[in-house]
Amino acid sequence: MITMQTLPEIKVRLENAVPGARIEIVANDSPANQPSLLIDAEHGRAIAQFLRDDPEFKFDYASNVTGIDWLGKTPGYLEAVYHLYSVALRQGPLILRLRTENRSDKVTLPSLTPVWRSCELQEREIFDLYGIIFDEHPDLRRILMWDGFVDHPMRKDYVEPDDYEYEPTPHDDVLEKARLHYPAKEAAV
Amino acid sequence: MIAECCKAEKGHDLLEVSMGPHHPSTHGVFRMDVVLDGETVVKLKPVFGYLHRNHEKIAEKNSYLASIPYTDRLDYICSMTNNWAYVLTVEKLSGISVPERSEYIRIIVSELTRLFNHTCLAGFLLQDMGALGTPLMYAFREREKILDLFEALTGSRMMCNYMRFGGCRCDVSADWIKQASAVVDRYSPFLEEFEALITGNEILRVRSQGVGILSGDLAVNAGVTGPMLRASGVNYDIRKVDNYGLYGRFEFRVPLGQTGDVFDRYMVRILEMHESIKILKAALLTIPAGPIMDPKAKLRNLRPKTGEAYGRIEGPKGELGFYLISDGTANPYRYRVRPPSLVNLTILEDMCLGQTIADVVVILGSVDIVLGEVDR
Repeated sequence: MITMQTLPEIKVRLENAVPGARIEIVANDSPANQPSLLIDAEHGRAIAQFLRDDPEFKFDYASNVTGIDWLGKTPGYLEAVYHLYSVALRQGPLILRLRTENRSDKVTLPSLTPVWRSCELQEREIFDLYGIIFDEHPDLRRILMWDGFVDHPMRKDYVEPDDYEYEPTPHDDVLEKARLHYPAKEAAV
Repeated sequence: MIAECCKAEKGHDLLEVSMGPHHPSTHGVFRMDVVLDGETVVKLKPVFGYLHRNHEKIAEKNSYLASIPYTDRLDYICSMTNNWAYVLTVEKLSGISVPERSEYIRIIVSELTRLFNHTCLAGFLLQDMGALGTPLMYAFREREKILDLFEALTGSRMMCNYMRFGGCRCDVSADWIKQASAVVDRYSPFLEEFEALITGNEILRVRSQGVGILSGDLAVNAGVTGPMLRASGVNYDIRKVDNYGLYGRFEFRVPLGQTGDVFDRYMVRILEMHESIKILKAALLTIPAGPIMDPKAKLRNLRPKTGEAYGRIEGPKGELGFYLISDGTANPYRYRVRPPSLVNLTILEDMCLGQTIADVVVILGSVDIVLGEVDR
């Protein structure tokens, strides 16, 4: 179990191994005691590569990969979180966080799929539900929502559509609901 | 579309087949876009999302307690292990301890779940190979005995909604323990019978040996967990690695495969069931008396301190993890399920390339997916 005591050492080692990397320790106040490392997007891939290949770390297994939408922060940003374990050395979790600059146009992060294949489907899911674009991901498409879908449903400011016409196969009560939603349109007809 | 692209490379016509979503071998609503050169697979793309209901979004709008019944519906075959992974994470997040008796009950119900999950998987796998009906019905007959136990304990066969933060919803009676012991005692003879019928069967051997080989290195890199990882020869069982619950008190071995083919995956599961029976016998014999709930645990209106936690258990299908972020309010700011079935599908294409279309069905069957969990 990696705790707050060893995390500063890891930070120093990473900074020495990857020149120019900007790393920050993110504290975690819960009793779980799982603090994480915030790494910069530019050196993200190099840091991940080092963590995987270094004989003392050998974080060969990226278990959980997920996104978070921090709408309330100013400015708001999106985050990708990676929970790393080492199968070879049986240690972990080491938690990596990558942040986008904002929530609208600068949402690109480096994909870590070239380092860990297990990120492939999970990064696709983050792209689908949160809208983070992963650079150099081999197959970045929607995964859970259908291809024609717009917007990202896991974002905190997502508004559920109530025009059920958008359903692929609208039927009687759905159409009725849609009719109630657009009274003006009907009056025009 | 994909077939058109591949045509230029091969110089002759390829056939693109859409397998599923409504196909008995896909174990739910799952689709594979398969490109075939004759009978050989040259490309395979899995397509998900038919059962997507944004479970995570629903849970972020619910209180912590209200999400427990929803977790039953993730891997709808193994509701008990889903419950455990979730309550374990909430306990980590809010620092709740669990009484010893409850830990024993959790191990008992989870190992029972593992037993019938693996039994059913063996039945389904044989169904996929063409042994229609009989093996599956043998498996379901045994599963029903365990489901009866669950019904007696929780009131529901499959959607148990049984565990709570800091313990379990209701206590097991002495009579229930006796019934459970009887079921467990009868399980070994059943497994022996099942194996005598099936493991040596020539059709099973020919269809599974050397099919869908997955190397250990690729398996680790692709995040494959559970029996699939161990079939590839990697010794990684979270019950041993994390020692969560009271697994440290029980003696059991971790079966490993050598080649990582479909047969190894089948065999690892059979051997794991024998180990589960060992754990169950010991747990049922030594379960201590005492309370089943931590008196300090708060169920309703639980507001964990700001922070986050990732908890994981060795589910029957692999590493089942939950990642929760609390912002101090009554519902989680972020609720994430790390589904083993989804991540185990990452290397489906790698295992299927160069195999025949009939083997794709068997390889998918050996992965052991449940779409409630893949699509969430």
